[in-house]
Amino acid sequence: MADIRLMKGNEVLAEAAIRCGCDGYFGYPITPQSEVMETLMARQPWTETGMVVLQAESEVAAINMVYGAAGSGKKVMTSSSSPGISLMSEGLSYIAGAELPCLVVNVQRGGPGLGTIQPSQADYFQAVKGGGHGDYRLITLAPSSVQEMNDFVDLGFELAIKYRNPAMILTDGALGQMMEKVELANFKPRLTNPEIHEKFGSWATTGKPASRKKNIVTSLVMDSEEMEKNNLRFQKKYRTIEENEVRYETIQCDDAEYILVAFGTSSRVCQKAVEIAREKGLKVGLLRPITLFPFPKKIIKELARRAQGFLSVEMNAGQMVEDIILSVYEAGSTVRVNYFGRMGGIIPTPEEVVEALEEKFSWEISYGVKRSY
Amino acid sequence: MTEELIIAGFGGQGVLSMGKILAYSGIMEDKEVTWFPSYGPEMRGGTANVTVIISDKRISSPIIKHFDTAIILNQQSMDKFEKSVKTGGILLYDPNGIIHPPTRTDISIFKVDATKTAVEMGNPRVFNMIVFGSYLKIRPILTLDNVERGLQKSLPERYHNTIPLNLEAIKKGQELVESLLEV
Repeated sequence: MADIRLMKGNEVLAEAAIRCGCDGYFGYPITPQSEVMETLMARQPWTETGMVVLQAESEVAAINMVYGAAGSGKKVMTSSSSPGISLMSEGLSYIAGAELPCLVVNVQRGGPGLGTIQPSQADYFQAVKGGGHGDYRLITLAPSSVQEMNDFVDLGFELAIKYRNPAMILTDGALGQMMEKVELANFKPRLTNPEIHEKFGSWATTGKPASRKKNIVTSLVMDSEEMEKNNLRFQKKYRTIEENEVRYETIQCDDAEYILVAFGTSSRVCQKAVEIAREKGLKVGLLRPITLFPFPKKIIKELARRAQGFLSVEMNAGQMVEDIILSVYEAGSTVRVNYFGRMGGIIPTPEEVVEALEEKFSWEISYGVKRSY
Repeated sequence: MTEELIIAGFGGQGVLSMGKILAYSGIMEDKEVTWFPSYGPEMRGGTANVTVIISDKRISSPIIKHFDTAIILNQQSMDKFEKSVKTGGILLYDPNGIIHPPTRTDISIFKVDATKTAVEMGNPRVFNMIVFGSYLKIRPILTLDNVERGLQKSLPERYHNTIPLNLEAIKKGQELVESLLEV
């Protein structure tokens, strides 16, 4: 029988980790995601599946524990909120450079700096453009319900392992604190050491048998010719990811003249905005990117050919709107792209979104992009 | 059916847990549910409120400007949320501590003296269940059976002996709710 419960997004992240056979969680508490580690500590998965749960002394330590454990082929994760993710960014760059799989969850809060503890989406650039140094990408998933918070833990790990690349769940305080009906996944056993050896023995530090050379996990390459080769390999991998892993949802886009584009919490707000707009007779649809990297460029290009305008609705100063503009430009379209959002921990109301839509597209003569706050 | 509701009062009145029991009862009826609390520094003392949405369909925005129903348990919440009830919607309040009762004439208004009744029942902690009972009387969207199952699911096992008391409080609330204005 399906295991259906009422749970907070943060609690579900923890439960899903245990159930998908995660080997270890290393973290450091920060609002609004402290329930992730609290739930894990209360559940004591080490007695059940053998999963390790450890509170590190800092975010820097936590991400480096993830780095080390991932290097040995273990399925490991961490979670934090915006300021904590900034601290982890150096480690993330190393993990991407060493081509290791892991899962990182960012339950975003308002920034910059320590900011607020309320929900925000202001870490979009940090997540999809690489928050740390160097040319790397994180496979970035944006859940919009507690159910997807559950589903994307397993999916995140799966993609991370498939591409040997860190994956991120980019969510926010609203989804972390919200309770919804969720159908939990069935338990998957953790891989045994021989299984890890068999699957990941070609690169992971699983113990060197006499039959092969030693595996060295590092992001350091002294020879720049070699480092460029590595970079070319990474870029090829990112293009493959862009080719194969795009995920999105469209709601009432078929006859839509105006397309709202929103992910996560703001996409929920926009779903209602679509209903309100349709009642007013405005033909409005919603495109909800589920993967932020890879960004759903193709569908935007397609929609750009038939829609009259896009409105990117974000809980930030306008970040994803730049990726929409790029896609529209690549499509050779001159369709208008606007932005509306709130910042600092404020979630826009559906009514505000509809007002913004009416106001911005009433401005008939447009030369490309108009941003207003 | 979609019911968008806000419960607002002081921290400690059982606002969040009433919402949780409501949401769990909704799950027992095979409905989609969302429970979205106000969270932040104000959680530690001061006002607390929670939005609960129960629907047959996939739930969209957890951020709601106009509610079908507002359950209001202190004056600050009355000041803030009386105006947020949809025209034709419902406002249910406990008069205890309310200096300025609701004045709108385009919504249905109900009151229940839950604070007083809880004291009479000898257990102030069932206050929120009395209010919950009144709500169920006005908006019978959930059966009592499913509420009981919701209580079983949402209360930790060590509190399961309190379920009969909670159900009694719910029934009290159903009996005592007073209609002040119906539109």
